[in-house]
Amino acid sequence: MATKKAFGGLDKKLLINMHKLMVKSRVLEERLIKIYRAGESFFWIGGPGEEAWGVPLGLLGKKGQGPAYDYYHLHYRCTPTLIALGLPMIDSVRLMMNRSTDKSTGGRNFSNHYCIPEWNVAPVTSPLEVQYPIACGTAHVQKRLGKKAITIVTGGDAGTAEGDFASSLILASRKGQELPMLITVQNNKWGISTSYDGQHGETHIADRAKAFNIKSRVINGNDPVESYICLQEDMAYIRKTGKPAFIEAHLSRLYGHSSASGANPVPNEVDPVREFEKKLLKAGILKEKDVKELWQSFENEGVKAAEQARQEPVPTAESVWDHTFVGSENADWRNF
Amino acid sequence: MANMAQAIRMALHYAEKNYNLKDVFGQDVGAPLGGVFTATQGLKTAWNSPLDERGIIGMAMGIAMAGDRCVAEIQFADYIFNTIDLLKIAGNTLWCTNGQYNLPMTVMTPVGAGIRGSVYHSHSFDAWASRLSGWKVVMPSNPLDAYGLLLSCIQDPNPCMFLKPKALMRVRGEELIPGEPTDEKDLKNMIDAPIGDRSKWKAKWPDVQEYLVPFGKGKITRAGDQITVVSYGRHLLMCNEVADQLKQDGYSVEVIDLRSIYPYDWQMIKSSVEKTGRVLFVNEDTEVTNFAEHLSYRVTQELFYHLMAPPRVLAGKNVPGIGLHPNLEDSSVPQKHEIETLIRQICAEVP
Repeated sequence: MATKKAFGGLDKKLLINMHKLMVKSRVLEERLIKIYRAGESFFWIGGPGEEAWGVPLGLLGKKGQGPAYDYYHLHYRCTPTLIALGLPMIDSVRLMMNRSTDKSTGGRNFSNHYCIPEWNVAPVTSPLEVQYPIACGTAHVQKRLGKKAITIVTGGDAGTAEGDFASSLILASRKGQELPMLITVQNNKWGISTSYDGQHGETHIADRAKAFNIKSRVINGNDPVESYICLQEDMAYIRKTGKPAFIEAHLSRLYGHSSASGANPVPNEVDPVREFEKKLLKAGILKEKDVKELWQSFENEGVKAAEQARQEPVPTAESVWDHTFVGSENADWRNF
Repeated sequence: MANMAQAIRMALHYAEKNYNLKDVFGQDVGAPLGGVFTATQGLKTAWNSPLDERGIIGMAMGIAMAGDRCVAEIQFADYIFNTIDLLKIAGNTLWCTNGQYNLPMTVMTPVGAGIRGSVYHSHSFDAWASRLSGWKVVMPSNPLDAYGLLLSCIQDPNPCMFLKPKALMRVRGEELIPGEPTDEKDLKNMIDAPIGDRSKWKAKWPDVQEYLVPFGKGKITRAGDQITVVSYGRHLLMCNEVADQLKQDGYSVEVIDLRSIYPYDWQMIKSSVEKTGRVLFVNEDTEVTNFAEHLSYRVTQELFYHLMAPPRVLAGKNVPGIGLHPNLEDSSVPQKHEIETLIRQICAEVP
């Protein structure tokens, strides 16, 4: 009973599952970095350190296809959310190694630019924060449908400098036309090499949402229990009221931003996976032996995934015109 | 006969009723104004967005992503430039997602000079739009085509750009839209919102029928065998007038209304140039990296040995804006006398 209270009342099974998914996500992200360093990919971009936030986010959504289910407008740091939704490692590795078997982009785009319509995962884009106003569109359709489904949009703290972020706050909060959206910012205090203080004057990014009368809070995104409980509460609020909510999650950036900043480990940051693991071990919810086996099993899965992807085909030159238009009709002007 | 604003309104109404169009939105698009050019008056699904172009385009993308059809308006093309990267993403979404997400959305925006709109209400967008890969781009020159092209855009599963030549919004056509009342006054009474209080007004829509102008199909508006003139939008009407004038002097000018900028009707251009051996492209977007330069390049590459004279492009001057004073506007965008002079010059050339 005391243990349950220590973990916010969350069920032991859920805690073990969250830990497992966090480990899987971390191992996968580190595998992707290794693939990049081995010269088997052109670019790495990702978000190790966001597992305690991203895993609960993926677990809590109403998963399915179409506006009766929740939409996820994610950014490139959201591998933990995809893992929690059920992404197999091999799919992420295929994307990293730009194989034609990469379902998300067919070998066309960067790592972690996921796109999974079956789970309402909108395509991840490279321009910062464009997902915010796009998310308002899916939320608008969901509101019209009236099935209590919500739209979830995530982004980074530095990207809030873009006007698109403000656009979403405005569109989501108009009186009588509020949108069922969970608007989030994952604040790791860095935008590539620009520090939080180098960009922000506001104390909390969440204060900006307050100005639009949006329910708003700041949480410790390095604690999966706090993340889970806050997300659960806010998602329930959005489904009940049809109004938006805003969460600013403070969390770690354990590696450089991308290949551009070296993909090297960043010292002195809280490791949310290891911290959570320590707590679970101390509480007797996990055992050392099981933990070791868990990490090793995902390592093995990652290696196997890379080996498999290596053998898979790459996009052909002729496929460059595929999907320019639906059915690829009239795509090449030379053929008009 | 309907004017272009009325034709657009009727197309949107038809699409609301028959194509499951669920949102027509943008700045001042909803009641009470119904659009600065009145093209969205009386529509069931029209609503006012915040004054935010990026919000409008982003929202349209999201609506389309969720599977609903929408028409988003940018009030003047001059303000669409701050959405270029969103337009780029809309165009590449199908491609980047390996064919998984298509965006059945239409963006419409008034383009071009001709209403003394000055620096920020006169710009063209056809050349810019032509290089937004993944988009279909059209520009009508008359109300019937506006109706048929807009329905094609709304029905299409890809992002479509409907460029409205703003100077033609009050110009009436020569052909009725199927189902349109024959008396202009009847139509006006049915679908034009009254001046003043509109709170209780509702449009009484005529029983308009489906009429589609397919993408990539131009139209020969004047037949001739001496020179081909290719244009679209407002300048198509100028080219027609010039062709009619020159006919009295014995010139035989073939005029093609391209209607669809991408995909475009190369076969029509090709057949015509093979016949005439001479070609002039006319539009009002700025001349450097103009869409007509692509067409001119293609004529040179594929039809060189059919040519009696070099292909020419008559376009807007490469100046930063369209000045307010008529002397400035008229010297920035092609005028009829320039079209006429060039046609005479090209026809006078002998290889």
